[in-house]
Amino acid sequence: MSEIVGRANRDGANLVRDWYAELTEAANRGDSCAYVFVMGSLNEVLKTFDFPVVFPEINSLQTAVRRVAHEYLAQAEDYGYSPDICGYVKADVAVQLRNGDHPMGRIPKPGIAVLTNACNTYIKWAEIWERLHHTPVFTLDVPGTRTGGGQTWQGNQDFENDRRYVEGQLRELIALCEKVSAKKFDIDKLRTILGHANVMSECWKKALACNRSRPSVFNALTDGTIYLGVANGLRGTAKGAQYFTDLVEELAYKSSQGIGTLTDEKWRLSFVGVPCYPIFRRFNELFTQAGGTFVNSTYLWFASGGTNRGFQYDLSRPIESLAEGVLISVRDAMDSMFHPDRVLTETVTEFQIDGVVFHPIKSCRTTSTGLADSRRAFAKEHDIPSLFLESDMMDRRVVAEAPMKNRVDAFFEGLVSRRRQAAIAP
Amino acid sequence: MAHAAGVDVGSTQTKAVVIDEQRRIVARFLIDTGANVTQAAESAYNEALKSGGLSERDVEYVIGTGYGRYKVTFGDAQVTEISCHGRGAVHMFPGTRTVVDMGGQDTKAIRVSPKGDIIDFCMNDKCAAGTGRFLGAAAVALAIPLDSLGPTALRSERPVRISTTCTVFAESEVLSWLGKGKKIEDILWGVHQSIAVRSAGLIRRVGIEPELTFTGGVTRNIAMIRALEEKVEMKVNVSEDSHYMGALGAALFALDHILASRAPKTHTTRRTV
Repeated sequence: MSEIVGRANRDGANLVRDWYAELTEAANRGDSCAYVFVMGSLNEVLKTFDFPVVFPEINSLQTAVRRVAHEYLAQAEDYGYSPDICGYVKADVAVQLRNGDHPMGRIPKPGIAVLTNACNTYIKWAEIWERLHHTPVFTLDVPGTRTGGGQTWQGNQDFENDRRYVEGQLRELIALCEKVSAKKFDIDKLRTILGHANVMSECWKKALACNRSRPSVFNALTDGTIYLGVANGLRGTAKGAQYFTDLVEELAYKSSQGIGTLTDEKWRLSFVGVPCYPIFRRFNELFTQAGGTFVNSTYLWFASGGTNRGFQYDLSRPIESLAEGVLISVRDAMDSMFHPDRVLTETVTEFQIDGVVFHPIKSCRTTSTGLADSRRAFAKEHDIPSLFLESDMMDRRVVAEAPMKNRVDAFFEGLVSRRRQAAIAP
Repeated sequence: MAHAAGVDVGSTQTKAVVIDEQRRIVARFLIDTGANVTQAAESAYNEALKSGGLSERDVEYVIGTGYGRYKVTFGDAQVTEISCHGRGAVHMFPGTRTVVDMGGQDTKAIRVSPKGDIIDFCMNDKCAAGTGRFLGAAAVALAIPLDSLGPTALRSERPVRISTTCTVFAESEVLSWLGKGKKIEDILWGVHQSIAVRSAGLIRRVGIEPELTFTGGVTRNIAMIRALEEKVEMKVNVSEDSHYMGALGAALFALDHILASRAPKTHTTRRTV
């Protein structure tokens, strides 16, 4: 069984590479594809029409991880985009200006763009493709959570009204996809895809729960981001479902054998926000060098579009159930992004959290603006230290490693001192 | 008697402090850091030893702090200046609950426990506005020595408002006020108020709780103390050793290590039945 350790990272990297190879082939054939976003991708509908699916957010972060983001950002800024706007948008603009040239291959042009209102930037971003390529854009308006501090569910009148509203929009999307793809909608194919998505959602929820294990069995920042890539790109596919089934098997095995991500896990941390992709590995090392590991991350919740909820579609009424799933999952994603203190509260005890790292980023106001308030609210409820560490997800010009390390070191000094005090307290 | 030392290698100046077992400062020294950080650390430490009539053998443990802490090659360990300023401030002023450290390139607000442990901290980020460097830029633009900034600013009667937050642009703004015929003292007091506003913002982010202790190189500027007190509306603790607070904190951590290593260890005895 020991060969299963590390399998998810290896297979995940291969699946993502294969995905980009398929996109490159599509681009070289001149095929168009569907552009979607991580919060409400509607992959299930698009795969029913065999659209190759592109996630521009993932393309953009890949440029940062591969240390070429600055070239893409500079090109977009030279074209006229402000240094202050979303780095993901600017890297994508450069990809479009370069006719799809990307460090992972070649990205096809958008034949259709599908987005939700989960992020305000999505809407302006899609308008760029509309202008550049005359791409038909479909915006799914997902009503946000109706009550303070929690969602409403099936049976609630507001929920049922919202579900019907989303369902109506999904039927419009299906009609648009029929038009763009020149294919007839096949409800049985949708059923099969929803079945694969059900397996993935259930396994994603289980996988995240595996990190309650001590030592933790995966690093939510590094390993988790690999899982997240597969969760988005291969949602609704047999390969994606199998990957997540295997992942749960691997994590359960590691848990049973006491195999952790660190040989000496001293501090169990939560991460809030979007990762620092320009120094992705190094950022994580700032914490692991001191024995800290990220056992969970709000990113794995909101950037999976709320898949962490584990929502299961009812295959006997696919479109209605898809509307329910979209409503519940996208709302969950938005709540994880805008109110992380509430969702963290649900996890601090069972994940035995020692500290929380809030990571606001310059180029995403949507995820960052409320973090100071969220941190304050969290501190009021929990006697758990937190670190406020500012950098960026894309732009290395605003990522200063030395001052960041200084803050991280001071954070750990505080944790050490706190543990020492607790040990000698009567 | 054992001694412990702390060496604080800052962006502008390097400070060394030696303390005895009663936690009294027995030697200290300060030099400009310059380009050779390792050499600055060695020089400050050696000069401190010399001034206290001590040799390296008299010092059991040395801790490096500051941005150049890993360049204190003779040091036994490193601790961030955030922890060291907190520890030093509580040692010097036991009622301290909030610390503001204003150095050459950064300003930190630190909330501390009664024992000097860090509860929270916050720093200026990627920008030297609100730091000693801002004062340095004004001194250059007005062609007056750093030491004269404070006394000159306190002569102000009609201060100007410095609106920029950028250290580089501040120089242009200072020159433009000069061009409009404003007095040097009025411009300077405006500069001090501008820094105090930014620093007070940082302090509020961690939560101002009295007593507030002011540390770092800018504590030598009397106008900065006044501007800060006006802005936070409370008295701030300052001493002639405030500039050495980081090095003092480091020396206190070093002494902790010495004393802990002397404490009798508890052994568990395994019995064979």
